[in-house]
Amino acid sequence: MRMDRAEITKLVWAVIAIAVAATLPWVASSYYLTIGVTIAMFTVLATSWAIFSGPTHYISLATAAFYGVGTYTTGILIEVMPYWSILIIAGLIGAVGAALVGLATLRLSGVYFVIFTLGLAEFVRQVLTWVQNLTGQKGIYVLTSITEADIYWQLLALAALVWLAGWLIGRSRLGFALRIIGDDEEVARHSGINTALAKVMLFMLPGAAAAITGAILAPRFVYIEPAIAFSPMLSFQVVIMALLGGTGRLWGPLVGVIPFTFLWEAISSSFPNQTTLMLGIGFLLIVYLLPRGFVGLIHDIRHRSAGGKLAEA
Amino acid sequence: MLPPDPIPTERADGTTMDIIITGLVLGGTYALIAMGLNLQYGMARIMNLANGEILVVGAFAAFWFYTAAQVSPLLTMFLVAPLAFVLNWLVYRIMLLPLVRRAKSAGQLEVDSILVTFGLSFVAVGLMLALFGGDYFSYSYLARPVRIAGETYGLNRMVAFAGAVVIGAVLYLWLERSRAGRAIRAIAVDPKSARLVGINVPKMSALAFALGGTITAVGGALISTYLTLDASSGVIFTLKALVIVIMGGVGDLRGTIVAALLLGLLETFVAAYIDPGLTLAAAYLLFVLILLFRPQGLFGRKA
Repeated sequence: MRMDRAEITKLVWAVIAIAVAATLPWVASSYYLTIGVTIAMFTVLATSWAIFSGPTHYISLATAAFYGVGTYTTGILIEVMPYWSILIIAGLIGAVGAALVGLATLRLSGVYFVIFTLGLAEFVRQVLTWVQNLTGQKGIYVLTSITEADIYWQLLALAALVWLAGWLIGRSRLGFALRIIGDDEEVARHSGINTALAKVMLFMLPGAAAAITGAILAPRFVYIEPAIAFSPMLSFQVVIMALLGGTGRLWGPLVGVIPFTFLWEAISSSFPNQTTLMLGIGFLLIVYLLPRGFVGLIHDIRHRSAGGKLAEA
Repeated sequence: MLPPDPIPTERADGTTMDIIITGLVLGGTYALIAMGLNLQYGMARIMNLANGEILVVGAFAAFWFYTAAQVSPLLTMFLVAPLAFVLNWLVYRIMLLPLVRRAKSAGQLEVDSILVTFGLSFVAVGLMLALFGGDYFSYSYLARPVRIAGETYGLNRMVAFAGAVVIGAVLYLWLERSRAGRAIRAIAVDPKSARLVGINVPKMSALAFALGGTITAVGGALISTYLTLDASSGVIFTLKALVIVIMGGVGDLRGTIVAALLLGLLETFVAAYIDPGLTLAAAYLLFVLILLFRPQGLFGRKA
């Protein structure tokens, strides 16, 4: 694989940044470690969401469904299988599930996809509740010796994997095809790209990432039941954070996740009933003031100052 | 977890006839919910995900007037209608029209309107929670039994069903016969060509959007007589209305009504024979089948 100097520099910086982030459990208090876990979790979810939604412009609200499926995978298998294999199985289930959802909806316009994914978490929850009622089982206990620090490191490693995947996809034929689809789907179709297949393949990434995230976080819940595992609010938080940061760059969602997590913490601790209002205002702000997120804002500022210098010279 | 499904279906446990009548009445409720959305999405081309909140606001107004001053919801309806019309018209002109104008493609407008109306929906829920709290609200109005074919049904449900029939019939005639109705159907088919024959597209779109919101709010006032709702119930209605509109064929009023009745029947059958907890799952499954085998909807034109 060929890389130029600028790319190698970026890669080195990324590795250093992840290494620094990995020291958090040793230096931070338990409160900040908890926030660190939240940030790492949303970084995985929002980045993988943006890798799919950035080029395709499809708004996925399926995060909560895949996350819940991952949580249940751990809950059901933790007693019978080694922990590491569960994460792989959760990833496979997430990817296959995403492929099925994609095959049903990604041929159609984005509206169908939004509605389908909006209902998906609720659909899975109702079916699970029904099965539990049939079998007479209520919830599942997940009792492990996995600590908060372990969860943090796993999520950080998963985030690194997602970034790596996004970077590799960007350089691949699939990434090239997706850029054309993003510009103009009609053109892409006429130049022989199987647009539906490309979108389905790409959608498997956020599906797998969300399922693995749910599987990693299951030990934290201790007790799992459908109402806990499938929270649609999660899907909306991911959309806001990713769009706030901007989907144009791989690091964009991270720029949205960090401030939004702190803001969310502050609001939900002092005005717990106003998180819904905040989500709503967030959506409106993004559309009217930050259509390309912080990434677009940074780009514009840089561009303007560069343009200013040129004009002076 | 989404809020619990506020539309109860548990009562039909008797004969097949009972299930059919209950299902059709439920279908009338769904038609009330979905006709407004069809005007907004099918005609004005705005996927309004805040539609369910308009319905809850209409229901809340009826509840508030009834409990505070004993005003009949059938009267409140006529107060709710003009207010909802103005509010929806303003939302279209101030918030949505700029997006229509700046959109470079249909896809761009779709993404923007989805995000904005999600935003509006959350803002509406947040405001209702802040102003009125998160309690469920319901009141007893016309809760008298009527006998049809040997079984009893709530009079309030029958009144709401009659309301759905009247609104559906008037709307259908207006769309078919009046000049404005024809103009709106023209923009539903093709906004670009509609402009060429002298239709003021932004004005007509605003009219369709406002009218859609009005019907939804009036529907909310009607169904508040027998449903228990809270500030966050809206999303369930939005979801079901979307499924119905797409199932019937976007922009086709007859399709919406047929699809609403079918969904009402299906849910009542599922609740009676399988499990009342699976009604939303059943609606969803129906949606999947439509997407797989007839994405243009039952009455839709082939895209």
